[in-house]
Amino acid sequence: MLRFIVRRLLQMVGVVIVLSLLVFIWLRSLPGGTVSAMLGDRATPESTARLTKQLGLDQPLWVQYGRFVKRVLSGDFGLSTGVLPGRDALDLFLSRMPATIELSILALIIAVAAGIPLGYLAARRRASTLDNLSIVGSLVGVAVPVFFLAFVLKYIFAIQLGVLPVSGRQSTGLDATRVTGFFVLDGILTREWDASWDAFKHLILPALALSSIPFAVIFRITRASVLEVMDEDYVRTAESKGLATSTIRSRHILRNALLPVITTIGLQTGGLLVGAVLTERVFSLGGVGDALATAFTLRDYAVLQVLILAAAVTFVLVNLVVDILYAVIDPRVRTR
Amino acid sequence: MTETIENVQTQANRNEALLSVRDLRVTFQRHGEKPFVAVDGVSFDVRPGETVGLVGESGCGKSVTSLAIMGLLPRRGVKVEGEVDFQGTDLLRQSDDQMRDRRGRDLGMIFQDPLSSLNPVVPIGVQVTEVLERHRGMSRKAATPVAREMLDKVGIPDPERRLKDYPHQLSGGMRQRALIAMALACQPRVLIADEPTTALDVTIQAQILALLKDLVEDTGTALVMITHDLGVVAGLCDRVNVLYGGKIVERGDRHPLFASPRHPYTVGLLGSIPRLDGTRGERLTPIPGSVSDNLPWDSACAFAPRCPNAIEVCREARPELLDDGGGRWLRCHNPVENPLEVTR
Repeated sequence: MLRFIVRRLLQMVGVVIVLSLLVFIWLRSLPGGTVSAMLGDRATPESTARLTKQLGLDQPLWVQYGRFVKRVLSGDFGLSTGVLPGRDALDLFLSRMPATIELSILALIIAVAAGIPLGYLAARRRASTLDNLSIVGSLVGVAVPVFFLAFVLKYIFAIQLGVLPVSGRQSTGLDATRVTGFFVLDGILTREWDASWDAFKHLILPALALSSIPFAVIFRITRASVLEVMDEDYVRTAESKGLATSTIRSRHILRNALLPVITTIGLQTGGLLVGAVLTERVFSLGGVGDALATAFTLRDYAVLQVLILAAAVTFVLVNLVVDILYAVIDPRVRTR
Repeated sequence: MTETIENVQTQANRNEALLSVRDLRVTFQRHGEKPFVAVDGVSFDVRPGETVGLVGESGCGKSVTSLAIMGLLPRRGVKVEGEVDFQGTDLLRQSDDQMRDRRGRDLGMIFQDPLSSLNPVVPIGVQVTEVLERHRGMSRKAATPVAREMLDKVGIPDPERRLKDYPHQLSGGMRQRALIAMALACQPRVLIADEPTTALDVTIQAQILALLKDLVEDTGTALVMITHDLGVVAGLCDRVNVLYGGKIVERGDRHPLFASPRHPYTVGLLGSIPRLDGTRGERLTPIPGSVSDNLPWDSACAFAPRCPNAIEVCREARPELLDDGGGRWLRCHNPVENPLEVTR
């Protein structure tokens, strides 16, 4: 198992190297550029040339990439030119990251906690009202754009009913101590329960909006997988042994049916990042997704590079965890 | 010995039977389709320590019969009628929960494909102990030595290690032994074996059959053996029921039945297996046609279209299962009078 993990981590290094090159070249081949984004309408040929030289953008690409790699190896990802001009790009990412992680984790918890039980029930009661309703619900979940759902949720629960906050990560009047930057966690660590609860309430609506697609996918896969496993011979064997329904459900059906679901959850992390860009915008959460969108508009190369590489590393790490989990559940993978 | 055994069994000794299936009828009803009768009035008895065979081609209703006895058929779309008497209780009138209590405790079952019949992600040991935990109220810890003993009893070497193994780490024969250990863990009175050797190598088949035979003789378990393989029947069963189209067409004790099969279908089954003592180059005689050529039983003999002995009456009237006076039961208008000289 250890060898497996080490091998995967080494693979990840390869992925990051290749991706860094691709991102580097790809970003610089986009129309427009940092300089025109920074100078805007006031750009003159002289000022453009000066800034280009100052940023080192007049050098050939491979020289630029060489410099970039050299600096990155010493932990320097460059300075932001657009999102927060002059701020260290890595710093900026680290300060934005907690909001996104909190949001994604809660969204994933909602998606899993709703998707798996509903998927199981829908399969057990195939063609029932519950089954049909959940299928329609999951279709809506996939089809409705995340930002639209975010707006609708915000309008109903925050603006009309006023039961949940409209935007931000925490109420402004609150004097909360910062420890990790994860506001919910900070409140727990410092025993400032009201601060924690307040931060949590700020997360509910965005997390609900963000969870819609992963929920729908997890629900669908669970349902299909349970339907398949229910017809397996070993479930009939379990029945022939007269086992309790609960044992058959957990040990014989779900344990096997969850294998494809776990893989799906790993793959959903990519989609979560895309969704985070939109939900963070709508709810002004100031997370990584929000920064990513701004950085793109302003061609903030340094920030974009950090964010995209971080996203790739996260994706690979999450899927590594998924593979380990898979091996824990399925002995056939372990011995291979 | 063959003179009266069937009479005695169905009349006076009926109470002695451990499991008594009476007029079992299973109908599948799909929405918008014609109901399909898979098992059509099947009756047979099994006594303690006895092995009774249900033999026939695929689709003859033998597996459905076993699932009906176990209460494993789905409720929706399936109608089960008749009576399955087990120690004075009609199993078909039991609730789901009552049957759940009986399965694994009073009735055990083993299946055809040992690999797919075992849960791939649960260790063998747990799959044995879970039966004991459920029916004997034992803890996992208390059940483990019993499970080890069971694995040892069914001939699995190094049972201590095998308890922790997963199904994919066992050979085909081991897996079937493990399944047998699970089915017998609570010492059920009746064991139903549905094609237990079909997926195994011939050498392993013989071992598994010998094991089943020993276990049945040692414990007095009644064994219902479901198979298409007459070799299995010849080696194991005390009595044989030959099924065709959901009905029993011939029944008799093993030796007389093999020596002088009288139903043309049984004759056909015996004629279509190769024999070691036959003449070299001798051709096998297959039964022409397939099960799909069946006539409905209500106004004819279902086997008539494939039957070399068919006469006019076979297509006009349904034959009944009748005692020929010599312990043999036949459902045939025109049985074979001078059966092949088979001397098994």
